Amino acid sequence: MTAVELAGITKRFPGVVANHDIHLSVRKGTVHALVGENGAGKSTLMKILYGMQKPDEGTIAVDGQQVTFSSPADAIARGIGMVHQHFMLADNLTVLENVVLGSEKLYGIGGKARRKIQEISERYGLEVRPDLLVEELGVAARQRVEILKVLYRGARTLILDEPTAVLVPQEVDALFANLRELRAEGLSVIFISHKLGEVLSVADEITVIRRGTTVGTAVPAETTSRQLAEMMVGSELPTPETAESTVTDRPVLTVKDLRLEMAGGKALLDDISFTIHAGEVLGLAGVEGNGQTELVDALIGLKHADSGTIKLAEEEITAWPTRKRREQGVGYIPEDRHRHGLLLEAPLWENRILGHVTERPNAKGIWLDPKAAQEDTRRIVEAYDVRTPGIDVTAASLSGGNQQKLIVGREMSHKPRFLLAAHPTRGVDVGAQAAIWDQIREARREGLAVLLISADLDELIGLSDTLRVIYNGRLVADADPATITPEELGSAMTGAASGHLENEELVEQLEEQAEAPEDEAR
Amino acid sequence: MKKFDRERVLLAVAGPVIALVVAMTLTSIVLVASGKNPVEPYTLMFEQATFSDVQVLIINQASMYYIAALAVAIGFRMNLFNIGVDGQYQLAAMMAAIVGAHVALPAALQIPLLILTAVFTGMFWSGIAGVLKVTRGVSEVVATIMLNAIATSVIGYLWLPNVFGVKVGNNNTTGEMHESGWMPGIDMGAAGEIYGFVVIAVLLGIGYWIVLNRTRFGFDLRSSGASETAAAASGVDPKRMVLTAMLLSGGLAGMAGLPILLGDTHTYSLNFPTGIGFLGIGIALLGRNNPTGIAFAALLWAWLDKASPELDFHDYDKEIAVIMQGLIVLSVVVSYEAVREWGLRRQQRRVGAELAAGHVLGAPSDNSIEKEVAGR
Repeated sequence: MTAVELAGITKRFPGVVANHDIHLSVRKGTVHALVGENGAGKSTLMKILYGMQKPDEGTIAVDGQQVTFSSPADAIARGIGMVHQHFMLADNLTVLENVVLGSEKLYGIGGKARRKIQEISERYGLEVRPDLLVEELGVAARQRVEILKVLYRGARTLILDEPTAVLVPQEVDALFANLRELRAEGLSVIFISHKLGEVLSVADEITVIRRGTTVGTAVPAETTSRQLAEMMVGSELPTPETAESTVTDRPVLTVKDLRLEMAGGKALLDDISFTIHAGEVLGLAGVEGNGQTELVDALIGLKHADSGTIKLAEEEITAWPTRKRREQGVGYIPEDRHRHGLLLEAPLWENRILGHVTERPNAKGIWLDPKAAQEDTRRIVEAYDVRTPGIDVTAASLSGGNQQKLIVGREMSHKPRFLLAAHPTRGVDVGAQAAIWDQIREARREGLAVLLISADLDELIGLSDTLRVIYNGRLVADADPATITPEELGSAMTGAASGHLENEELVEQLEEQAEAPEDEAR
Repeated sequence: MKKFDRERVLLAVAGPVIALVVAMTLTSIVLVASGKNPVEPYTLMFEQATFSDVQVLIINQASMYYIAALAVAIGFRMNLFNIGVDGQYQLAAMMAAIVGAHVALPAALQIPLLILTAVFTGMFWSGIAGVLKVTRGVSEVVATIMLNAIATSVIGYLWLPNVFGVKVGNNNTTGEMHESGWMPGIDMGAAGEIYGFVVIAVLLGIGYWIVLNRTRFGFDLRSSGASETAAAASGVDPKRMVLTAMLLSGGLAGMAGLPILLGDTHTYSLNFPTGIGFLGIGIALLGRNNPTGIAFAALLWAWLDKASPELDFHDYDKEIAVIMQGLIVLSVVVSYEAVREWGLRRQQRRVGAELAAGHVLGAPSDNSIEKEVAGR
């Protein structure tokens, strides 16, 4: 029996990767994992299933019956509940109050509701006490309250969005025990994650989603995490390999002992030191949220270092404001182009000015030069193959890949000395991805220094001359992209390995092959 | 790409037109509900607009609305809500009146002195809110509302006879300004006199457009309004921008009371018009923060104000105009948001369609489509 079946779901958004021909079938009484990279389209899909978004094409069937949801209320009525990654609880209310909030009609707000909560809690081993204030609860307990909230509303299918992201390992085990309890009672769970180990341990079935579409299903017993990773990343992608090394010994960006603190004094970044030379791409690997965003902010000047220095060529830029850094040759491809790289409702030519308003051709003295900016926008659109009918359309009307090509073109047009590229090909279609890789490679040949941050390990390994791993705000490991595999890099990203990473087999092979005189460039 | 330009004009006009139509319809419904003729008030008011003396009144009134709305609009352009224009212009007008009554320079110096006094008073008052926001994170909405109340008290204090006040009968005034500070108007014969400050209001509108659309500073300000995060990443210092915008807004607000002060009353008294700052909010909204749009909106508002008293003579209540103003503001907010979203979506669809049809800028059309498909 299938609990939920999605067939041919397509959702188009201008500007972002949409869902495309998604097929997902969840059997009753199973834990079904949905895995994929960040930005692969998992969240959109779940929003569709939970009635927060309407699909443009395709059908949703619950218990074999075709349904259309126009709001989460419809989904709840059909027995579909969602536990969001960010909890939606009122801290100053009790567990009981939080649970009944919005569903007062079900069991009232008094003794009947309390009994119902206790009953659910016992039945699934959730250990929720109805009269505690939510603010007194820890993260794991809050999560159980969220689960209970969903069950209280009669859900038979639960969607859990990255539920383990906020938990420590013991709590993860407890959560999995709860999930098995639910499964034993005949409920279905859709478990969204990108942590492959967890998925393999808890799921009965796995569906892999990549670039907005489902690429396959797997059964944990017959799958390794390596195979899953390959499905997630895909093997037919164009490889981002760089041919010969162009690294020089001229340092362009030198970061020394950089430290950045949170308001409370906790270090977000600590002891960060690295040098990027002209013609070098330094790849930074790491699980998201380990300090990459903060590092980018510190380098572009959105946050100022609490200690340590940043040097651009020979000049110390630690105290420089963002504008001066950008004027002096720091190019910036932001992680979130909608938030940091574009004015979505402004025309393309104004977006071409953004970030370079003080520079030619955009301005003459204090005056803007719209004519020259428009002229140059046309040039960028042609040179960087931005697909648009004109330069007066808003940035929002372009697809994500074309928006990104415009940003890359804009940044490259100012001949940066150092390029800060955070996830330069995220949410970008394959064609645009290859084009962006080419641009970075070409600029590197001309002596550009690049800091590349990416969640796509193949991209990192393929484009970089040097690799560093960031974990918990520190650079914990380094590796040579010529000899490292994505799996090894992955284990360093979780903090399991540190120091200099080497793949022994590969190194041996390489050494054997390289008996001959010419040694590796590095 | 002329097509998209025409579309932009269409979108710009659609919002206010829809709002006005909705507001008039709703007002007519109110009239019908109270058993009145739903059309006659409009004809009466339109008729008023044809009299030259009413026209002069409308233009004079509109000049104040215009400046106040520009002050609000400059805040709106960067997502700041200066709700304190009201306190800023009243305090500024009073300070100008006091300086005007106590300093006597030749007109060529006196008038600029009074204008500067007003501008700096307005800047000072809005600057307080700006500094609070930048240093302490106090919402400018709350701060400026509070400052309005404080301004009222300060004005009351300054009116005391032992401070700067001069009692004229029951009226509190600041004493009559020296004649060198009276700004000469444009004589329209029997119809009256158009305030000289109207010319300055027009210049302010032009200046507003140039600064916002043709300078680096204006670009930074607009990008801060469009996306705070993108502006910060582009190198705008958000705090400095907040403070600057607040000061600019206050400086403009300071001038909102000057047309009538320099052109007519020559003193700041209990009869001095109040509430212009609040009306300016609605006018800025209706005018879409655009200097031309605001000019039309200000004239519309002034027309409703100056034409409505006639209604009392025909057995209608002149408050109909106030109802209408309120309804316009309400419908404007709704219709703009609707039109904006509709326009955005429409453009996305059109861009998609144009691309699918192979109309790609600078590319020979044929193979481009295949590429796009292959890229999927």
